[in-house]
Amino acid sequence: MHRLEEIWMTVSVGILIIFMAIVGYQTFSLGMGPPSHAETIDPQKVEETAPFDDPGVKKIGDNEYEVVMTLQSFAFNPSNIEVPAGAKVTFTMTAMDVTHGFQLPGTNINAMVMPGHIQKISHTFDEPGEYLIICNEYCGVGHQAMSTTITVK
Amino acid sequence: MNSIIDKQDRKLALSHILVGYFAFLIGTFCGLLQVFIRNDAIELPNWLDYYQILTAHGVLLALVFTTFFIFGFLISGMSKTLGTFGPKTRGFSWIGFYLMVIGTTMTTVTIISGQASVLYTFYAPLQASGWFYVGLALVIVGSWVLGFSLIGHYIVWKKAHKKQLSPLFAFMTVATIILWVIACLGIVVAALFQFIPWAFGWVETINVELSRSLFWYFGHPLVYFWLLPAYMAWYVVVPKIIGGKVFSDALARLSFVLFILFSIPVGFHHQLTEPGIESFWKFLQVVLTFMVIIPSLMTAFSLFATFEITGRKKGGRGLFGWFTKLPWRDVRFTSIFIAMAFFIPGGAGGIINASFQMNEVIHNTMWVVGHFHITVGTPVAMTFMGITFWLIPHLTGRKLTKSIKKLAFIQIITWAIGMLLMSTSQHILGLLGAPRRTSYTGYNGNNVALEWFDGILSNHVTMAIGGSILFLSAMLLIYIVVITCVASPKATTEAELVEFPIAESDPGATPRFLENWWIWIGICFALIAIAYTIPIMDMIQHAPPGSTGFQTW
Ligand code: HEM
Ligand SMILES: [Cu+2]
Ligand SMILES: [Cu+2]
Repeated sequence: MHRLEEIWMTVSVGILIIFMAIVGYQTFSLGMGPPSHAETIDPQKVEETAPFDDPGVKKIGDNEYEVVMTLQSFAFNPSNIEVPAGAKVTFTMTAMDVTHGFQLPGTNINAMVMPGHIQKISHTFDEPGEYLIICNEYCGVGHQAMSTTITVK
Repeated sequence: MNSIIDKQDRKLALSHILVGYFAFLIGTFCGLLQVFIRNDAIELPNWLDYYQILTAHGVLLALVFTTFFIFGFLISGMSKTLGTFGPKTRGFSWIGFYLMVIGTTMTTVTIISGQASVLYTFYAPLQASGWFYVGLALVIVGSWVLGFSLIGHYIVWKKAHKKQLSPLFAFMTVATIILWVIACLGIVVAALFQFIPWAFGWVETINVELSRSLFWYFGHPLVYFWLLPAYMAWYVVVPKIIGGKVFSDALARLSFVLFILFSIPVGFHHQLTEPGIESFWKFLQVVLTFMVIIPSLMTAFSLFATFEITGRKKGGRGLFGWFTKLPWRDVRFTSIFIAMAFFIPGGAGGIINASFQMNEVIHNTMWVVGHFHITVGTPVAMTFMGITFWLIPHLTGRKLTKSIKKLAFIQIITWAIGMLLMSTSQHILGLLGAPRRTSYTGYNGNNVALEWFDGILSNHVTMAIGGSILFLSAMLLIYIVVITCVASPKATTEAELVEFPIAESDPGATPRFLENWWIWIGICFALIAIAYTIPIMDMIQHAPPGSTGFQTW
């Protein structure tokens, strides 16, 4: 009986180790880890601090865009964004009041945006269409209405 | 051996359980409202709001119901296995109980009066009334007083039984309390040094990232604080019910020790998509999270081994013949078996959630809601239901009648069906991208959002049907609780008494060092230091200017 238990534990621990190795490889070699940007900002002075003194969509390279965005109960600024298809878009975000979430259903974009912290997440939009952007962290009475769109043309 | 525990200890345990079920009654009613608000079937009066209800649901079910029930169960089991409480143990236990009741009342009042719609995670800089945090802190302090009084009872026993290993139930109780006390340090520090001074206006601002990290330092082991008492029933109670013995005393103790070690230094797995924590530290805690799978798999093995050995002894043949020999007509067993079955997809889902980059697919979606309803909402809650069926009659000295047994079957089956419907639709909705913690919303009729609810299983109706069945099941349970408390016929003979099933466990081959708690507490703190020191220092030293409070509800 204990023999079976040894087999059970060895096989499952083996699977776990292989699994961890893959996740680690993807994170540290392929840069696929979840968003963990380190920069901070004074949450009381967001509007006076670059780049958030001028939110908007900026072309920063060949087919590369940066979206500088502030999140506030219960809106995204800028809203209803447009970017060309195939462009790599980096969202640079911070929160003006409480913590918000930034999620694009149908993609793997999912990041927490917190006051005092700058968050970055990138995505290449290959498929044209309208994507929904929603706040997925409870932020108050209008949380369920906090959304906008990004149109890929 | 069908001895009933001391009358005064019974009163103590029963008080805890009844407060727990009172919270369950209100909490599940909130759940019912939620599923209907989410599909726009009811409109709330304007003094009541969705997030207020959701805060009450989370606090009353996840924190209050669980904690009170758990202590009721631990108190009865400690009295049963180590003997009647002394006056000190009993006195302190009552103090702990009243502190928890006062704390719960305070917190609930702030929620109902609309001053604390911050959800049970109370993330800063959402700022509730200061009394909300004071209430929560009192609940924790009360639970510590209770925990230490149970440990006192254990120490008394140990002194009288030098060189003996404690009974398995008592060992597991002590492990659970050690885990709980260490876990709560995080939330106590956050409450005393961050939330309370800030909410009462003694300081202007709060370090948001630090407060979240302290919360999750507590929040993950909280999950194991719910789970370990359920495992106690699985390891110690179930084998007795099916007529077997504990599979391996050493293995059972070892798995509890591993839970103490690996359930605490892992809180970052709830913060994987947050800024301000370096990838390396998140990854390290993800690896530690995966270590906790090891004792979980050991538990699964032992339980099924017990089932098979017992089933074969009863004449079950062939590969699966033993399975049919299990006592399926005994609701005390079947309830817990269903609970275990739910934990298989529940645990698998947990592995997905903790898998670092995979977390981005499901973080803060309805998937997560589905996940904890098939972990705490069913495996834990249904194990507690299974315990309730015999524990309340045991405590009240009443009979467990045929009709109650029948109702109990209906109750667990309906809970299982309701949960299957509700959690399946929640899992699917989450994969499609629907967020959690939202009142009714179509995002201005956006197509993406509308499509979420078109599926056969993912639509709001499935969730509402599931939720309604669940609520009926919850009310049936409350009925059973009330009847077994006040109306079932009294047991008059020894044979009629409802037993507290405790299986035999042979500690002959168990190494003594397993009960040397200082070793485990030491390793536990070492792991916590490794996983948390540098990132926490970083959060403090490189903290941005703090945040002022907001009431956005
Ligand atoms: C009648 C039975 C129940 C129903 C109908 C129900 C329904 C729900 C629903 C619909 C939500 C999600 C709301 C949202 O994210 O917008 C929710 C959240 C939750 N439920 Fe339940 N539930 C029930 C029982 C339970 C039980 C027994 C537990 C635990 C012991 C539990 C723990 C939770 C927790 C912790 C949350 C998260 C709250 C938050 O996000 O702040 N529920 N429930
Ligand atoms: Cu929000
Ligand atoms: Cu966790």
